Amino acid sequence: MILSTSETILSIKDLHASVDDQEILHGVNLSVKEGEIHAIMGRNGSGKSTLSKVIAGHPSYTVLSGSIQFKGQDILDLAPEERARIGIFLGFQYPVEIPGVSNLEFLRVATNSRRKELLQSELDTFEFEDLVKERMKIVEMDPAFLERSVNEGFSGGEKKRNEILQMALLEPFISILDETDSGLDIDALRIVASGINKLSQPSSATILITHYQRLLDEITPDFVHIMADGKIIKTGNKELAIDLEKSGYDFIDKNKKDKEMVN
Amino acid sequence: MKSSTIYREWLDSLPPTQGCLKKEQSLGRELLLEQGIPSNKDEAWRLCNFNRLNSFLSLPIIIKSEDVKYKLPDKDKNSERIIINPNKNQFLNINLSNGIEKLNDREIEENLGKIVKSTNVKNDLSVCLNQASSSELLALKVKRNFNKSLEIVIPSIKEKSISTRIFLLVEEGAKLDLLQVFLGNNHSAQNHLIEIKLESKVELSHGLISLGEEKESSSICTLAVEQSENSKYSLHSIHHGWDYARFEPRIIQSEGEASTIIKNLQVTKSKEQIATHSLIRFEGPNGKLDQLQKAVASEYSHCIFNGSIEVPQKAQKTEAAQLSRNLLLSKRARIDAKPELEIVADDVRCTHGATVSQLQDEELFYLRSRGIDNEHANSLLLKGYYDEVISHLPKSSKKWNFVKKLMKDIK
Repeated sequence: MILSTSETILSIKDLHASVDDQEILHGVNLSVKEGEIHAIMGRNGSGKSTLSKVIAGHPSYTVLSGSIQFKGQDILDLAPEERARIGIFLGFQYPVEIPGVSNLEFLRVATNSRRKELLQSELDTFEFEDLVKERMKIVEMDPAFLERSVNEGFSGGEKKRNEILQMALLEPFISILDETDSGLDIDALRIVASGINKLSQPSSATILITHYQRLLDEITPDFVHIMADGKIIKTGNKELAIDLEKSGYDFIDKNKKDKEMVN
Repeated sequence: MKSSTIYREWLDSLPPTQGCLKKEQSLGRELLLEQGIPSNKDEAWRLCNFNRLNSFLSLPIIIKSEDVKYKLPDKDKNSERIIINPNKNQFLNINLSNGIEKLNDREIEENLGKIVKSTNVKNDLSVCLNQASSSELLALKVKRNFNKSLEIVIPSIKEKSISTRIFLLVEEGAKLDLLQVFLGNNHSAQNHLIEIKLESKVELSHGLISLGEEKESSSICTLAVEQSENSKYSLHSIHHGWDYARFEPRIIQSEGEASTIIKNLQVTKSKEQIATHSLIRFEGPNGKLDQLQKAVASEYSHCIFNGSIEVPQKAQKTEAAQLSRNLLLSKRARIDAKPELEIVADDVRCTHGATVSQLQDEELFYLRSRGIDNEHANSLLLKGYYDEVISHLPKSSKKWNFVKKLMKDIK
């Protein structure tokens, strides 16, 4: 539920960022308040994933100018782990496989680092097992996945469920879910989407990065943004995503041509 | 001091030939005199840090000592532990459980030295050094009814060098979990020669923990294993903390038709040098090998791997896979990995590969993006990297706390 008094969780102003000396983001502006669900759509290479990684603090990306504020705090100087601890969560498009590192241990260490930040007591192995098994139900995940190495040998759908499980454990204020729907069949998509819906709180917000309308049939966004050439070029409501599904991204090229002709 | 002088002095310092290994001692000393000290022109010693080898030879060989001090973790109930302690003539007086016994003179005569000889390594300095200096032999026969695991522990003695010789005969159909532990001490050296014969249908799971103790501790170990047909041998080993260490596992499948798994991990820091020179030879058809060599080199250290696999004409249908995976944690560290496959048989499947990389940025970022700090993320990734080898060590290996030492030493 969005109230006019809702606090702004994330505020991005005129953000320019590069990777390998190539500027990808050319001035992104975005404001996300408590309780809101935003969808960011756009073609491959439009800068969606870059934006998500820059927010999470990936060290390969350089912010050239602009600002990112989280609950009023400038986060550009914070390390990725510090951003995670204060409540920023990135759901990876391609969750990384880490052989030899137990999923259970990883989830426990991650959860405790967030709990420490929230001044909650750290959970020992037994307490954590109870918690994680309860949260696994949200994404209908088999506890056998706890015994395996992080994401190793997981199918695409299992990896994405593991991401949402992490979101459920870390209880972030903002979750940026980068193409969580990619590689999922209809059933898996429903389970993952229902998990995201169950986890949304009036005090938290979600940014869904997606190519397709089908995720937005399951999770209704308050705002839909279209990214092109490293910028948000259009913002609307759910109808914008429906239009986009029908007519595609050609209007971006048309707008670009018109602009060039004017110039 | 020149290497040749140190070498000569080391030979001169050896006590007169004596005991049950008298003949071997003479042989080793003669060969050393004949061959002289290797140089970096010898392929097998090309990358060796000769200053370290000189330090190794500078320590006096210990035959008797009254001041052996060490603290060992309790042994498992279901384990037979033998501590090789050079201040006693303990091999003559050890009490052994049911199913394990000392070899008699005839059995020793029939077997000793044969396996290592059959590996025919040119300029076999490691073996000769041991032969020249070992004065006692632990020669055991493990029978089919032995139902415990076996633990052999060799502590070092400060400022001394020790030399041990072990022969194990594992009888047909026996199943054995063997854990060997080498422990270093400041300014100490160890030299081991281990021969193991697996009769047919034997399953031997061999764990080897070789832990040095920072300052100028060094170890040279030759492990020669002969596998009869239908035997299964797996070796999981870790070498860490030695200023200088050289490990030479040599495995011969004498009739083929056997299976060998080798997973070795060597971890270096500071200015340490640890080298593994392995040789696996198939003397008959249908042999199988799965070999993984892992190394982690940090700071100014140096890891070396030379992996020979020999598949002669008679070893048709051999399936051998060798993989060397290495992590370089510092720009000043060095890793040399060299596979050497000599394949004459034409109907075989042999693969090999070597990779040298750093900790993956994407893996690190993934962990950090979940609130795990950089240092902790690094150690989780390293632990994960070690896991592929150490998770296969016998259960009793956990008591030796080597993972804790690894995590403390390498960050």
